[in-house]
Amino acid sequence: MSRDPSDRGQDERYVDAAPYDPGASLRELERKDLDAPNRVLVWRKFKTHRLGLISGAFLLFCYLMLPFVGFVAPYGPNDRDAEHIYSPPQGVKLFHEGRFLGPFIYPMTSEADLETFQWVVKPDYDTPRQLRFFCEGSQYRLAGLIPADTHLVCAPEGATLFLWGSDRLGRDIFSRILFGAQLSLTVGLIGITVSFVLGIFFGSVAGYFGGKIDWVINRAIEILRSLPELPLWLALSAAVPSNWSPVAVFFIISIILGILDWPGLARSVRAKFLSLREEEYVRAAEMMGASSGRVIRKHLLPNFMSHLIASAALSIPAMILGETALSFLGLGLRAPAVSWGVMLNDAQNLANIEIYPWTAIPMLPIIVVVLAFNFLGDGLRDSLDPYQQ
Amino acid sequence: MRPLLSVEDLSIGFGKDNPVVRNVSFSVAAGETLAIVGESGSGKTISCRAILRILPRAARLDCGRMILAGNGADGDLDLAQISERQMRHVRGNRIAMIFQEPMRSLSPLHRIGNQVSEVLHLHGRCSEAEARQQVLDCFERVGFPDPERTWRSYPFELSGGMRQRAMIAMAMVAKPELLIADEPTTALDVTTQAQVLGLMKELQQETGMAMILVTHDLGVVANMAEQVVVMHKGRVMEAGAAEPILRAPAHPYTQDLFHAAPKIPQEPAARRETGTEGPDKDLILELKHVTKTFTLRSGKSWSKPTLVRACEEVDLELPRGTTLAIVGESGSGKTTAARIALGAETVDPGGEILFRASPGADPLRVHDMDRAARRAFQRQAQMVFQDPYSSLSPRQRILDTLSEPLEIHGTGSRADHRDRAAEMLGLVGLPTDMLTRFPHAFSGGQRQRLSIARALMLDPKLLVCDEPTSALDVSVQEQILSLLEEIRDARQLSYLFISHDLAVVARIADEVAVMRRGMIVEQAPPEVLFHDPKHPYTKALIAAQPVPDVDRPINLKLVAQGAGAPENWPEAFRFAGQDAPPLVPLDPGHKVRCHV
Repeated sequence: MSRDPSDRGQDERYVDAAPYDPGASLRELERKDLDAPNRVLVWRKFKTHRLGLISGAFLLFCYLMLPFVGFVAPYGPNDRDAEHIYSPPQGVKLFHEGRFLGPFIYPMTSEADLETFQWVVKPDYDTPRQLRFFCEGSQYRLAGLIPADTHLVCAPEGATLFLWGSDRLGRDIFSRILFGAQLSLTVGLIGITVSFVLGIFFGSVAGYFGGKIDWVINRAIEILRSLPELPLWLALSAAVPSNWSPVAVFFIISIILGILDWPGLARSVRAKFLSLREEEYVRAAEMMGASSGRVIRKHLLPNFMSHLIASAALSIPAMILGETALSFLGLGLRAPAVSWGVMLNDAQNLANIEIYPWTAIPMLPIIVVVLAFNFLGDGLRDSLDPYQQ
Repeated sequence: MRPLLSVEDLSIGFGKDNPVVRNVSFSVAAGETLAIVGESGSGKTISCRAILRILPRAARLDCGRMILAGNGADGDLDLAQISERQMRHVRGNRIAMIFQEPMRSLSPLHRIGNQVSEVLHLHGRCSEAEARQQVLDCFERVGFPDPERTWRSYPFELSGGMRQRAMIAMAMVAKPELLIADEPTTALDVTTQAQVLGLMKELQQETGMAMILVTHDLGVVANMAEQVVVMHKGRVMEAGAAEPILRAPAHPYTQDLFHAAPKIPQEPAARRETGTEGPDKDLILELKHVTKTFTLRSGKSWSKPTLVRACEEVDLELPRGTTLAIVGESGSGKTTAARIALGAETVDPGGEILFRASPGADPLRVHDMDRAARRAFQRQAQMVFQDPYSSLSPRQRILDTLSEPLEIHGTGSRADHRDRAAEMLGLVGLPTDMLTRFPHAFSGGQRQRLSIARALMLDPKLLVCDEPTSALDVSVQEQILSLLEEIRDARQLSYLFISHDLAVVARIADEVAVMRRGMIVEQAPPEVLFHDPKHPYTKALIAAQPVPDVDRPINLKLVAQGAGAPENWPEAFRFAGQDAPPLVPLDPGHKVRCHV
């Protein structure tokens, strides 16, 4: 705005000289960018949350890999190598004495040290052994159905391939982590499904009908939440008969986790229900004569589904940690089932960790996955309300 | 005279986008009030916040100088350049700010006194005892009857008006040279607004400070300002002394704004012919002896719940094809009355609501409907909501939103729904290609049109409008009111129109009922009510209404009397406690609650 004198009328007044069109606003959209279905807007906003996006991609990759872990893992989950107990991690190398060999390892030889009564495992630097690819190894089932024995990579003949070391029975920790993921990652999904069904049902009943039902459900939630969690888990899982198959135990454990998790979800559903009911479009639908079923289905559920997904992403880690804690204490999954918690069972002993630190490696995937879920949930939560400026 | 603050060539942008405020210049001298007027999105608030550099994080100050004239020791400061440390010394000390929402700008955890005296501590001006004394004096000055008690109270103990007074005290206690008030009275009732504006003006005259008043209301400008800047879409449209601009706006935008501002007519307007005169009136809706009591859980846990009368002995008649307006401030029970009229709220025994879908039809008892009757009634009576931003579901396309009432009532095929929706869009003045859009793409005014279109989908006979324009800009409000009038006349609709704004009602209503604390205090056609108001409360409401006319300032005396307690009203209207006098017809068609 140049304040030159020609702009000024009488009495020292400034009047803008640019052309002005009074009727422009009615026929055009004010916010063209918001003219899209909710999921598009949420995705658009989620994309800007880089940590959440990376975590989401990582988790997607993890879950997609679950059916194929048998192919990726060099060993089966319970293959034992009695010769190599507590073998330290072996590094894959490419150059031997300046010469390119392709991926190879130095074989490990172990012998008992009769003074300390420890196994001393030493790499043999003279005889590099090349890894085999797309080789035949132990039997596994692809996606739990198709029998197969081809592995992406196998140990060389007469040597071992313990990328992350081996445990007290000489089993490959790397392979066991991959197989353990199958149970550890799915326990969260099953648990959250149970918790979702219960949480949505009780939460929406409490939120929509209010009054006495609301009171009863709320008190029940408070009682459930006041119970000390760990002893309750212990008691419930101790009640699982010990002669059940690992799969049955697994299902029971995840259902127990779900049953104890729903109160939190029910509360957030109820709160959301109460706040959405005050929205004028819900009132408008009621004034038009919509039945409560229609109001819930058409207006309430779609509008809080995204919130539910975010809170699910944030409560899966609790499930995974719950399973780990139970199994770590020896009350969750039991051998021969493999889960990260079961593996950590070996790392209960401080002396063990000190001498064989690699037995605690299963903590890494737990930390990474739990963090990823938290980042993903955070990102989702931030992008849930895409209408704000 | 040298201005205290002069802003030159200010531009503010967000991220990489084009600037939202472009080349804005204004200046304010000591003792002077500058009003920045504009509608939402005009950049008025952000320009003011730029002065104190309290912009959102994403904002960037593109260019411009903001010169704060030096006082004594310090030289001139360019607020755009000085360090954050120097800025802190300016904030609260030399320039203070009052925000729009008194409900949210005080911390709920601290006592009012501590919050107000904080600014004195921060700038280290005086000892604790002195600070306390200054704050108490300030409380007394802004009109708290018992400053000691105010010092000890928490924000939730005060009403909206009292909180805004506390905010003013907080801004004034450090005796700033410039006060920036960002819509200080928008969230307040009209009588409270008048009193707060009066207070601000008095304080200004006393202290000689400069004031920048951000507002959307030309009426407030006419009452307060010496200088005006009119902003639109981030640019200054017109700027200069207030009086000539208000008398003869030069820019077409200012003219539009001026014409759109609702006014209480000075001359009695000609009465609209409604054809409903005579003894056997054709009433579409009748409320008889409607009383509604809400039970509030008491604050103390074991004592008895308190009863609140939201409506007391309300009698209203709405003749077919006309508009009956209920006007009142917050808590007057006007919205409850509207919900009762639509059967969304039960009434206490003894009350009756009768609805006649067509002349001479058997009345439908709205207060006592079964399922089938309710469904039939819902086709005849619909509601337009207050907040256009929450009344349309964000998940549904416009077509789905509009056809929902038809789906609920199971009429017509999908194609019929579409045709009907397109027809209704045309009726409310929107192009048909908007059917596939989502509501968030629309502006507030467009959304309110959509909301009206949805209410009309079932072809109702009665429309209850609950403050349909209070969330909209003035120019949009004017368009929506015209639209409502057009539709009423074209389709022979009847409106029950709820509003807090007498000026809005003045133009659309055929009959106005003024409510206060659940009771109708006066009821008359607008031309009678506005020119011969009898009740002190009505007089206060009318007097408090800021009019964009420099010759009609707010009469604070009338406001103070009528808005006060009923014990202080003139003899004929006075009452104490629950003992209100009856509503008596003084003239034909003019009812007043008074002792005869």
